[in-house]
Amino acid sequence: MTPLLEVEDLRITFPTRHGTSHPVDGVSFSVARGELLALVGESGCGKSLTSLALLRLVPPPGQIQPGSAIRLDGTDVLGLGPEELRSIRGRRIGMIFQDPMTSLNPVFTIADQIGESVRAHQKVSKRAARARALELLQEVGIPDPTQRLDVYPHQMSGGMRQRVMIAIALASEPEMLIADEPTTALDVTVQAQILELLDGLRAARGMAVLLITHDLGIVAGRADRVAVMYAGRLVEEAATAELFARPSHPYTKGLLASVPRITGAVTRLTPIAGTVPAPTAWPAGCRFHPRCPAALPRCATDDPPALPVGNAHRMRCWLAEAGRA
Amino acid sequence: MTRWLVRRTLQAVVTFVVVTVLLFVLMRLTPGDPLERLAGDRQMSAEAVAALRHKFGIDQPITTQFTSFVAGALAGDLGVSIEHYPTKVSTLVLSRLPASLLLGGTVLLLTFGIGIALGVFQAVKRRSRADRWLTRASLTLYAMPSFWLGLVLAWFFGIRLQLLPVAQMHDPLLDPDASWLVRTGDVLRHLILPAVTLTAVSLAAVMRYQRTALLEVLRLDFVLAARARGIPERQVLWRHAWRNALFPVVGLLGLWLPMLVSGSVFVEQVFNWPGLGSLAADAVGARDYPVILGTAMLVSAQVLLGGLLADLAYYALDPRVRQA
Repeated sequence: MTPLLEVEDLRITFPTRHGTSHPVDGVSFSVARGELLALVGESGCGKSLTSLALLRLVPPPGQIQPGSAIRLDGTDVLGLGPEELRSIRGRRIGMIFQDPMTSLNPVFTIADQIGESVRAHQKVSKRAARARALELLQEVGIPDPTQRLDVYPHQMSGGMRQRVMIAIALASEPEMLIADEPTTALDVTVQAQILELLDGLRAARGMAVLLITHDLGIVAGRADRVAVMYAGRLVEEAATAELFARPSHPYTKGLLASVPRITGAVTRLTPIAGTVPAPTAWPAGCRFHPRCPAALPRCATDDPPALPVGNAHRMRCWLAEAGRA
Repeated sequence: MTRWLVRRTLQAVVTFVVVTVLLFVLMRLTPGDPLERLAGDRQMSAEAVAALRHKFGIDQPITTQFTSFVAGALAGDLGVSIEHYPTKVSTLVLSRLPASLLLGGTVLLLTFGIGIALGVFQAVKRRSRADRWLTRASLTLYAMPSFWLGLVLAWFFGIRLQLLPVAQMHDPLLDPDASWLVRTGDVLRHLILPAVTLTAVSLAAVMRYQRTALLEVLRLDFVLAARARGIPERQVLWRHAWRNALFPVVGLLGLWLPMLVSGSVFVEQVFNWPGLGSLAADAVGARDYPVILGTAMLVSAQVLLGGLLADLAYYALDPRVRQA
């Protein structure tokens, strides 16, 4: 069976004063129906831009380069006209964003905004859209949903607004949900509730989820697969259990070493030395080599391809070839 | 809401009173008085001038003059014009009001209608060639003095091309029995040049406000979120973005509302438009105290009313203001 979403060699460029920037530079992955894929990386690695590209929402003057391919159920998303594109946005792929405080329009009520999304894809009356909005608010676990219908966004808490965003994204029963750092702006306790909610909805609807995050902590035990992104590329990809058991790329190892653990002896966190390079001037060879504790001489000159390191486990690192991973 | 409205209205009333007092004092501090000019025009004995001074009460101490003015104003009597004696100030103002309303209303409608449309267009096509040229053109017009542009337009369309009338509001040679349609057409023809002049010089402000406000909103997350859920682009632009980019423009409209009545002194002078602007200008020249005071009070009331209406509009448009 073909995967629901396939991304092949996605490249996005931005013209800048200091030459062309390549924030996403050859990313390929796929998401199966009902699967939860986590796309993990530091800020600036290109993960959010990748998620925006899936709906063709790369902000101008950014451009998706020819040769890139995005296929939803076999349909070439990059070749669609405006109306066909609209039938994917929200209808087949829903999206929620990092900051629920700014993602809702301040001058419309909750019922207005959910109802608008319902009516953008289905021919129903305003009354029916309102009824559907109520159903959705119930589904995302908002207390007193009837009262919340006519409330404005500023009258709700961040967690409640993110639930509303999810309700809006679910309005047209999409096959896939993109969640771009959905809990970053929220309190820790609220984070857990939102993640629980997403888990539950995915199970109930058999919806695929692409979870974009910088936090490996929320990935464990939740994602089916993890793809680690660094400097505009995927550097490692594996099933979640496999990745946590045998992290292979030095960058992934570094990320895991910098996550605080609640169990076990208290140890110092090990940060990764240096910072992410600028997308206008990626380092030659392997992009991680200037920061890599295990770099080989050839890493400075030769760019490693994606190499297998195990069952459905691949990484872009010469260590895979040397068998030292 | 009621408390806020009451407080806001009281504020406006207090400001109005303070402004009126200031106007009264400032006016008397300017050199010259109405009779000096009157006496300069013709041979008059000193006794006659003094008698007239006494008649109009200008020989009284300023405090006495002020209290009698306030007493009259509270009873709805703004006094009598000195220049156009014995016409009442209120009669003069009312006779000029329709012309001012017509010109001011037309200009506000044109300025905000065209300005908003072009500003939105510029924001959508930001940094395009059209955007840059509209900026240059509108700022060039903005930099022109209105009376100068008025003279140029009057010379070109009125004198050179003989297309449009350059003065007054009616054609004096028009058959008085002409049909309603003909008379309306005549007024509209007279309206074109002053209205175009005033619109041209004020258009840039609305365009800039609208362009900047919309560009700021278009960058916000909820616009991206609306696109991401497949809302049609036209709806994203007008319903989501423009609705939020309207606030600064509404503020500007409140600020400019006085234009509706006071018009522009310069442009009314250039085109001999029989509005309040030229009435005020003539009154200042003649030191016609009651008329100056009457028109100035009307303008200050308009300014305050504009601010109040803009606040009310915010209240209606923005749920966050409503709750605060």
